[in-house]
Amino acid sequence: MSSKSNFIALKSILYKEINRFMRIWVQTLVPPAITISLYFVIFGELIGSRIGQMGGFDYMSFIVPGLIMMSVITNSYSNVASSFFSAKWQRNVEEMLVAPVPNWVIVAGYVGGGMARGMLVGTIVTLVSLLFVDIQIHNIWVIIATVSLTSATFALGGLINAIFAGSFDDISIIPTFILTPLTYLGGVFYSISLLPDFWQGVSHLNPIVYMVNAFRYGFLGISDVSLTLAFSVLAAFIITLYTIAMTLITKGIGLRS
Amino acid sequence: MNNALEISGLKKVYKGGFTALKGIDLTVKQGDFFALLGPNGAGKSTTIGIITSLVNKTAGSVKVFGHDIDKELEQAKSYLGLVPQEFNFNQFETLLTILVNQAGYYGVERSLAFKRAEKYLKKLDLWDKRNDAGRMLSGGMKRRLMIARALMHEPQVLILDEPTAGVDIELRRSMWIFLRELNKQGITIILTTHYLEEAEMLCRNIAIIDSGVIVEDTDMKSLLSKLDQETIVFDIDSITTAPQLDEFTCRLIDDHTLEVDVKKSQLINDIFSQLNGQNINVRSMRNKSNRLEELFVSLVGSGQKVKQESK
Ligand SMILES: Nc1ncnc2c1ncn2[C@@H]1O[C@H](COP(=O)(O)OP(=O)(O)O)[C@@H](O)[C@H]1O
Ligand SMILES: [Mg+2]
Repeated sequence: MSSKSNFIALKSILYKEINRFMRIWVQTLVPPAITISLYFVIFGELIGSRIGQMGGFDYMSFIVPGLIMMSVITNSYSNVASSFFSAKWQRNVEEMLVAPVPNWVIVAGYVGGGMARGMLVGTIVTLVSLLFVDIQIHNIWVIIATVSLTSATFALGGLINAIFAGSFDDISIIPTFILTPLTYLGGVFYSISLLPDFWQGVSHLNPIVYMVNAFRYGFLGISDVSLTLAFSVLAAFIITLYTIAMTLITKGIGLRS
Repeated sequence: MNNALEISGLKKVYKGGFTALKGIDLTVKQGDFFALLGPNGAGKSTTIGIITSLVNKTAGSVKVFGHDIDKELEQAKSYLGLVPQEFNFNQFETLLTILVNQAGYYGVERSLAFKRAEKYLKKLDLWDKRNDAGRMLSGGMKRRLMIARALMHEPQVLILDEPTAGVDIELRRSMWIFLRELNKQGITIILTTHYLEEAEMLCRNIAIIDSGVIVEDTDMKSLLSKLDQETIVFDIDSITTAPQLDEFTCRLIDDHTLEVDVKKSQLINDIFSQLNGQNINVRSMRNKSNRLEELFVSLVGSGQKVKQESK
């Protein structure tokens, strides 16, 4: 396949993926906006005012970056997980398997679709946040880099989940039992410097801590971890997950009998 | 003339240990209309699946216009269009979206893809439904949608896996006409079926597969003449030389056994009267059956079903 054909194939997958989540926008785009509003009402208005400052900022401003990141993570992951699994389930994944689409184009297309949803939801959530709090920007490039890399990481994770999944239950197990706990313990709602030493150490094993903190740095200019380390962690995850996804698809795991 | 498809030593053992293909060889020439005929479970879909990269092979090789799927997979894929046995499009997407995206996977620009989608949807009588979701279509329409989808990149070889199974007779007829037309335009067509009649109506060459083995690979005409005759074995009182029978070919297997080839149009009475005239006594008789004939009893059986449905 020429690079032009590959580009057209990639565009087709992206188009299909974006078309899918836009078609079901009530399920994909509205819930994150509602969820974040609830967080603002509860943690911002009701409880946040009693917490006072966190990391030198009022509590609402402190949690905004984490909340945005949380919705980016969930949406990037679940978009690819449900879309790719449903393509397996309905067998329309075969449309791609019979065509001369290189495997990397399939991976890039689905990950791109997941990123598109993650970032669109991130933008929506950011806009909703503006109703509750003023958002300052410390470094826009750090924000863009962190959100794209995080989104790509979880889109790849969702893809791998869908490749292994044999039923719709299998694509909700990991988000429920792994992703959600890691996110809640990932420094969205608190600075990990508040934790006892032991739990700070444990938190450093949680990749989401790096993503949330790098992202928060982009807005507020503060972080519990070094940016270099945060970006290294993200790069390492992307390379590893991409390699796994490519190997699985090339072998046809869950795709070819 | 080029070979559109060359398969050799193809073997498939599924996970769990079931051997679906026991090492098959097949060659399909460019421009051919080729039938792969066999009863359910014979290994037809497995063969098609391997050719189109939906099933991993266990051993053997597949070449499409000389391009080995192990070495030049993308080249090989670009020649093929597949109409699978089971519906496998996204039920929630519109017909146009399904077609245009499929074309995109083969590198066809969107603007051109829309033109082709219009052409094939019109030809297959689906244009009115272009903005409906796939799930809204009837079974026959879904089948036609998959044919349109397979043609979007204008493949050289169109492979159809039991395209007319469960399709009513009127639609079956119009599909036959459509496929013949495509074949006339130079597209090589490979079709699997378990209706002998369908293969007979459409195809020039035919391979018959049973339990993962190719039991016959020939042209339609020779197969039909082979089928038109059966061999009857007579147990007779001892003779030394084979008798001469008018209009029948016979062979003396040993001094007690005589084999006679009988065409469907001939009468067995004639054999008896001729044997009588030559004082040869028949003790008993039976049909000489072979695997192919046995297979045909079942295949012709399903062919007759087609005829019944047409009434
Ligand atoms: N994924 C699979 N795993 C195990 N056995 C299979 C699988 N697919 C098909 N088979 C078996 O392989 C044999 C051939 O199947 P198939 O190629 O679908 O036959 P046909 O298309 O001629 O009806 C059947 O006995 C079927 O049960
Ligand atoms: Mg089959």
